[in-house]
Amino acid sequence: MIVADRKPIQEILAMVKADKKILILGCKGCVTVCNVGGVKESEILASTLKIARKQQGKDIDIDVRVLERQCDTEYVAQIKDIVNDYESVVSLACGVGPQFLSEMYKEKKFYPGVNTTFFGGAVQHGIWEERCGGCGTCSIHDFGGLCPIARCAKSLLHGPCGGSTKGICEVNPDTICVWDAIVTKKMAAGEIGDLMGVKGFKDWRSARDGGPRRSIREELIQGNI
Amino acid sequence: MSELKSGSNLEKVLKAGYFAFTGECGPPKGANVAHLKEKFQYLRGCVDAVNVTDNQTAVVRMSSLAASRLMVEEGLEPNFQMVCRDRNRLAMMSDILGAHALGIRNMLCLSGDHQSFGNHPQAKNVHDIDSIQLIALVKKMRDQGKFLNDEVIDVAPKMFVGAACNPFADPYEFRVHRLANKIEAGADFIQTQCIFNMDRFRDFMKQVVDMGLDKRCHILAGVTPMKNAGMANFMKKFVPGMDIPDDLINRLKGVDQKDQAEEGICFALEQIEEFKQMQGVAGVHLMAIEWEHKVPEIAQRAKVLPRPVV
Amino acid sequence: MRLSYPSNIKIIQLPCTGRIDIIHLLNAIENGADGVYVAGCLEGECHFIQGNLKARKKVEYVKKTLTELGIEPERVEMFNLSSAQGARFAQIANEMVDRIRQLGPTPVKKVHAA
Repeated sequence: MIVADRKPIQEILAMVKADKKILILGCKGCVTVCNVGGVKESEILASTLKIARKQQGKDIDIDVRVLERQCDTEYVAQIKDIVNDYESVVSLACGVGPQFLSEMYKEKKFYPGVNTTFFGGAVQHGIWEERCGGCGTCSIHDFGGLCPIARCAKSLLHGPCGGSTKGICEVNPDTICVWDAIVTKKMAAGEIGDLMGVKGFKDWRSARDGGPRRSIREELIQGNI
Repeated sequence: MSELKSGSNLEKVLKAGYFAFTGECGPPKGANVAHLKEKFQYLRGCVDAVNVTDNQTAVVRMSSLAASRLMVEEGLEPNFQMVCRDRNRLAMMSDILGAHALGIRNMLCLSGDHQSFGNHPQAKNVHDIDSIQLIALVKKMRDQGKFLNDEVIDVAPKMFVGAACNPFADPYEFRVHRLANKIEAGADFIQTQCIFNMDRFRDFMKQVVDMGLDKRCHILAGVTPMKNAGMANFMKKFVPGMDIPDDLINRLKGVDQKDQAEEGICFALEQIEEFKQMQGVAGVHLMAIEWEHKVPEIAQRAKVLPRPVV
Repeated sequence: MRLSYPSNIKIIQLPCTGRIDIIHLLNAIENGADGVYVAGCLEGECHFIQGNLKARKKVEYVKKTLTELGIEPERVEMFNLSSAQGARFAQIANEMVDRIRQLGPTPVKKVHAA
C-alpha cells in the first residue's frame, strides 16, 4: 500500500494559522492501514491542533470526517454540501487525496497533512518498508523475486556494488543489501548463471521519467469521458 | 588482441607484457589548475597512467573530464573515470565522445559512492544504467561504432576500458563471478580495491586464474601505503568493503609514531614484490591518497622505474 | 485503608489501562486538565496480559506530542502498581499533584465561544 508519515505538527499549524474553522478529512484506505490518516488519527490531529490553539488563547473549530477513499471522485463528491462551511481542509490521505479534492472544489484550500513516501508493506506492526518503485516494467522474477530498482540505493541491475557489510547496505544500517539477498538466494539454488551476462538497459519511459502516467482500460469506461 | 583498441600508453605497456604501474590523482575542489599541475609533477615518469577520480565519495570536485584533459596537455596519460551516479546515458555517451576528442584514451567505469556520503547529500541520484552496462556501452561505441540506439557514430571513440573490483566485499563467494561478468561485458583492464589481506587476495587470485579470467583481462592489484596505525584503524572501522587484518595494524603500532609511515611503505613494497610474481596479476595500481609526493620514492624503491616506453 | 490522597484528582475507573486511547489523554489536556496520569498494573502482571504495556506506549506518544507543542511532557505520566498497594496509590497521587503544582497551571487556556 501507499505509506505516508504525518507532517510535523508545527508545519500543519503554520498551514492553518489564519483559519478559525477547518475540516480534517481522513481516508479509510492506505493511510488507515499505516495508521496515519484514519478515524483515530484524524481525531488525534484535531485534538492536538485545538490544544495548540488554546495554548495561544485562541480557539479553532475543527470537524472530522473520514471518506472511504479520496482517490475516487465518487467519494470526494460526498462532501460537496459541507465543504464550503470551512475555511480550509486538511487531508490526511496520500498525495492523491488533496489533489482530487483540489480538482473538484477549485475555489477551496486543501492542505496535505501527511508526507506520502513509498509503496510498501508492514514487516511488523508499526514498521513499514519500501518494496516497489513503480517503474512500470516489473521484472522481479529475474532477481529471485526481489526488486533491485526499488530496494537497491543505486538501482543496480548487476550488484552488489561492494559497499555492503554482512548483508546491510552502506547507505543505511536499517536497510538490507537487496543484492546480497538476491545473490545469496541464487547461489543457494545453484542459479548464479541467471545473474551473468549484461541485462537489457532499462526503459525508463514506463516509470515517472517518461512523464506523468495514465492507465486506461477501455472495456471499463462508461459513457463519455 | 592483435590490433590496439585505443592506442593508449597503458594498453601498449600491458600488451607488451610489462608489469604495469598506475597512479591516482584527485582533481581539486575548485578550478585551481596550478595546484593540480603541481600534483601531476610528482607522477611524471613514475607511472604508466593516472586515474583521475570523478566526484569521489560524492564530494564535488573539478570534473574528471576536464582534469583528464589538463593532464593530457601536461604530457601525462589519464585514466578518465566515470561514475553512474551523476549522469544518464545521454550525458555518458556525450562525455565519452568528448573525452576521445580531447585526447583521452583510457576510461574506468564505476558505480560511484552514494551521494549521502558526500557533501551534497540532498541531490537526486541518476543511476540510469549501472557500471556493467556502462562497460558494455563503451565497448559498443568503440567496436561497433554505434550509439546505444544503434545509430552510427561519426568517428567512434577509442577507449581502453577499465573497471574496478573489490575482492573483499560481501558476499565473498560472488565477487569472482561479478568480476567475470565485467570482463564478459568488455572490461580490458581491472583495478582492484586496495589490498591489505594478502591471504584472502591470494585465494581470490587462484579462483581468478582457475576461471582463466587473467587471460582475457589485465588485472592490476590495488596498493595503498598506510601512513600510520590511526589510518589503518580508521579504514578498518569506517570504510565499507575494506579488509584490514589486525596483523597489519599491530605491525604499525609496534613501531614509534614517527616510524609508522616508513613501516607502512615497507609493507606496500613487500606487497608490490609479491604481486610482480603472483600469477594473474599484470601490474599494480598505487593509490597514495593525499600522498602524491611519495609516489616517486615508492616507485623507486619498488624498482619499477624507469617506466617502459613502448 | 482510609489513607488520604488529594481531592483535586478526578478518578476514572477502567477494567484495564489497555482501554485507554491517545485521544482520551489529549482530550483531557484539551479541555483544561493541568495533568493526566495513568495508573496500571505492575509490568508483567497485567490482568489482561499486555494492556498496561500498550498504555505506556500511548503515554509516551502523548508526551512527544506535548513536547512538539512546547508543553511540558511531565504533565502526562504512567505509573505501575498492584491493586493491593493502597499506600502506593496515595503516594503516586501526592507525587503527581506536587509535580503539577511545580509546573503551574496548564498553558492550555479556556477559550470562550466567540
